[in-house]
Amino acid sequence: MTEMKTGKLRIVNRPVSKVDAHALVTGKAVYTNDLAPSDCLIVKVLRSPHAHALIREINTARAEAIPGIECILTYKDCPDKRFTMAGQTYPEPSPYDRLILDQRVRFVGDAAAIIAGTSEEAVKKAMKLIKVKYEVLEPVLDFHAAKDNPILVHPEDNWKSLCPVGADNKRNLCAHEVSGSGDIDAVLDSCDYVIDRVYHTKANQQAMMETFRTYTYLDTYGRLNVVSSTQVPFHVRRILANALDIPKYKVRVVKPRIGGGFGAKQTSVSEVYPAIVTWKTGKPAKIIYTREESLTASSPRHEMEMHVRLGADKEGNIRGIDLYTLSNTGAYGEHGPTTVGLSGHKSIPLYGKAEAFRFTYDVVYTNVMSAGAYRGYGATQGIFAVESAVNELAQVLGMDPTVLREKNMVREGQVMPAYYGETAQSCALDRCLERAKEMIGWDEKYPCRDMGNGKVRGVGVAMAMQGSGISGVDTGSVAIKVNDDGFYSLMIGATDMGTGCDTILSQMAAECLDCDLEDIIVSGVDTDTSPYDCGSYASSTTYVTGMAVVKTCETLRRKICERGAEYLGCSPADVEFDGQKVTDLKTGESISRKEIGNRVMCSSNQPLSANEAFSSPTSPPPFMAGIAEVEIDKETGVVEMIDYAAVVDCGTVVNPNLARVQTEGGIVQGIGMALYEDIVYNSKGKNYSNSFMQYKIPSRLDVGNIRVEFESSYEPTGPFGAKSIGEIVINTPSPAISNAIQNAVGVIIRELPMTAEKVYREMQK
Amino acid sequence: MEIQFVLNQKQVTAEAAADTVLLDVLRGLGCKSVKCGCETTNCGLCTVWIDGKSRLSCSVLAASVEGHEVTTLEGVEKEATEFGAFLAGEGAEQCGFCSPGFIMNVLAMFRELEDPGIDQIKEYLAGNLCRCTGYMGQLRAIQKYMQAKAEKNSGQPGEEAGAR
Repeated sequence: MTEMKTGKLRIVNRPVSKVDAHALVTGKAVYTNDLAPSDCLIVKVLRSPHAHALIREINTARAEAIPGIECILTYKDCPDKRFTMAGQTYPEPSPYDRLILDQRVRFVGDAAAIIAGTSEEAVKKAMKLIKVKYEVLEPVLDFHAAKDNPILVHPEDNWKSLCPVGADNKRNLCAHEVSGSGDIDAVLDSCDYVIDRVYHTKANQQAMMETFRTYTYLDTYGRLNVVSSTQVPFHVRRILANALDIPKYKVRVVKPRIGGGFGAKQTSVSEVYPAIVTWKTGKPAKIIYTREESLTASSPRHEMEMHVRLGADKEGNIRGIDLYTLSNTGAYGEHGPTTVGLSGHKSIPLYGKAEAFRFTYDVVYTNVMSAGAYRGYGATQGIFAVESAVNELAQVLGMDPTVLREKNMVREGQVMPAYYGETAQSCALDRCLERAKEMIGWDEKYPCRDMGNGKVRGVGVAMAMQGSGISGVDTGSVAIKVNDDGFYSLMIGATDMGTGCDTILSQMAAECLDCDLEDIIVSGVDTDTSPYDCGSYASSTTYVTGMAVVKTCETLRRKICERGAEYLGCSPADVEFDGQKVTDLKTGESISRKEIGNRVMCSSNQPLSANEAFSSPTSPPPFMAGIAEVEIDKETGVVEMIDYAAVVDCGTVVNPNLARVQTEGGIVQGIGMALYEDIVYNSKGKNYSNSFMQYKIPSRLDVGNIRVEFESSYEPTGPFGAKSIGEIVINTPSPAISNAIQNAVGVIIRELPMTAEKVYREMQK
Repeated sequence: MEIQFVLNQKQVTAEAAADTVLLDVLRGLGCKSVKCGCETTNCGLCTVWIDGKSRLSCSVLAASVEGHEVTTLEGVEKEATEFGAFLAGEGAEQCGFCSPGFIMNVLAMFRELEDPGIDQIKEYLAGNLCRCTGYMGQLRAIQKYMQAKAEKNSGQPGEEAGAR
């Protein structure tokens, strides 16, 4: 390990192309719907037009008579055993509050019936002929009024919470907690300044280009095979076993290439529907979500309202942070109890010197689409609130917001009380901010420049952190075997969703085994054969599964030496493995890896392979600084992105190209969240944001220029010093852009998205 | 109805209802590179060429290509591989789901515009959404590809794309 870290890196830290690149850029058939058999039944879901209702009657007779209709399933056909669709390690913190189909529908778009047939046309026709009689109930649509509302979203008695997260379905509560350190009230009382503000972030769609999709079939052994666009194959296996009330050994989940996930596919949104059809009919089935379904019945970011009280002395020393978060989990509790935690645990610790903090939250059920996991997972929301409050403090103090941060930011070696008491063993946040300021030309541009044409350009700053996996929970395991001619099979359960983990984990293995990338083959996940991995989420793969790769390679190297020594007839203590051959240092005699691989396959009593797992007691945070330059039209309030400078400390950068693209992509998603993206409901709970016309994600004309650099610290517990990169990168745009608007035109927008209308209205005040 | 058209230089016949869109017919004929991302002509994933011009196949009735020439990424694989190496060289294919439609429009742009500048490139490709990359890596790939082409044409050594 020590040797691997300090030696010169050959493949890690190099911008190699992704191992699957050629298939992707030539449009090969590698995604779920490309692979589905042509005889799959087409599965569609009839969805509720009401935000809250009880199904009193479903008449399917006319629909079933349509030629080609195979089955129509209603709540009467589904197990009455609640489960969660959240892809989390068992026991899931998310409550077991779902049925595949329920008599009670809880949002406009909730599933009311499942229809399967031999053609799209037949299924669509049948859907129109199903007659559902609803008893329409009053919905809970305002999340401020949800807690202890007499209308309950989940009144049922078989609702179940597996973990002590403070949930109570009889109060519409999905989670509740109070945590803290020090006497926050006393500290804030003695502060010279207290910023006391409320910030509001909206639900956002991950909007990955490939919508939710799954196909299923029974194999030779009568087992349910599930091929799905998922980030969490092993969790999907459990979720389907729970949902269908069948043993886990009956289910196999395979993950092909995925067209993006960003957390959306950390919830089992689409799998249950074809699964139950195949299980009931024995026939292959598939569901392909339309974009409309993906925007109205999916798993968007939790809407949160955050009340921040931030106290400081007159020199600008931040002394205390008190945060209350109200989170809207919608109709079901997927990721409700966990996303909210990050809103405090990954925002407050940015300010290391604070003497006290308190973090309180409520997560409530309402009758809108269930929220889920989206890149940043609550940290994005909390960082918008805390970083905006810090920017407001800077204004009150008359201080440059970057100077205020330099004074207060967490530094390497500091203990972070609000981050589970962990120590920042690797932290280059100070260098990140310094470099970002240089890149944008902060000192020349702060606070703003009037362009003389009715437009003002302002700069704004924010910092961010995230984690690297869920400490004490996430597990990555890896197996590597040596094949004939000595090539290696790298088997992982981590799910590449386009991010490139198949590539970066291969890079790590090639580095550890002193071989070329081409000597290693890697494949997608198959729960029957891949080693267990919780999946790709929570910024865990590089750090957690990466460490599992390193551990596995260490074991394998030892075994290769032992086997080589055995074939050479010498002691393992006397040999050395240079990646190509094992050499007896006493005689100079050697045996090649190729020869070892071939001999292992002939008259061998032991395979040559290694299998190790890794789980971490800590979750080292990556850090970053982002500075936005925006141009505001004083007449209309339109905000245009000009430039974005981002500097990231993700520890050692495993693949600079992939890390850069991750960062640029995250920033653009963050720009979308900051300026455009909003899921809008009408007064009856109908979702208006049901296409890319209404739900606008940034195009290449909307994002200005984005520049990314890395200032690496070295994480002693990570593979080659690496931490995570995937999520942190979405966290700075909202507060940085808000600060840029503040610095340009003096208005502070505390509710996202910061549309021209909101900026204009504030400017008129 | 039965429709006949030229698909990737080959004469093909396909069955299509009056309301069948070209996207579905192409996928049915095995051109799996053609992806559907939105159904509302907002994302650019289903971009193909009809008579050499970029079109969104989700909004073209299959019947209307009767007698026309349709090209998908499968029909320009050599060029896709060549440009794709530059895209991959930046890590800018990411999930790859938008890559076929994007590459079709990039190749159409190279045919239509001579040495386009950054603003022209952004304008031309504005309809091709990508949720992974933030667009910057795609732009770098296009610029490096154009540079390599220019150097090749002028006999100077071009930059090697792909794995380094």
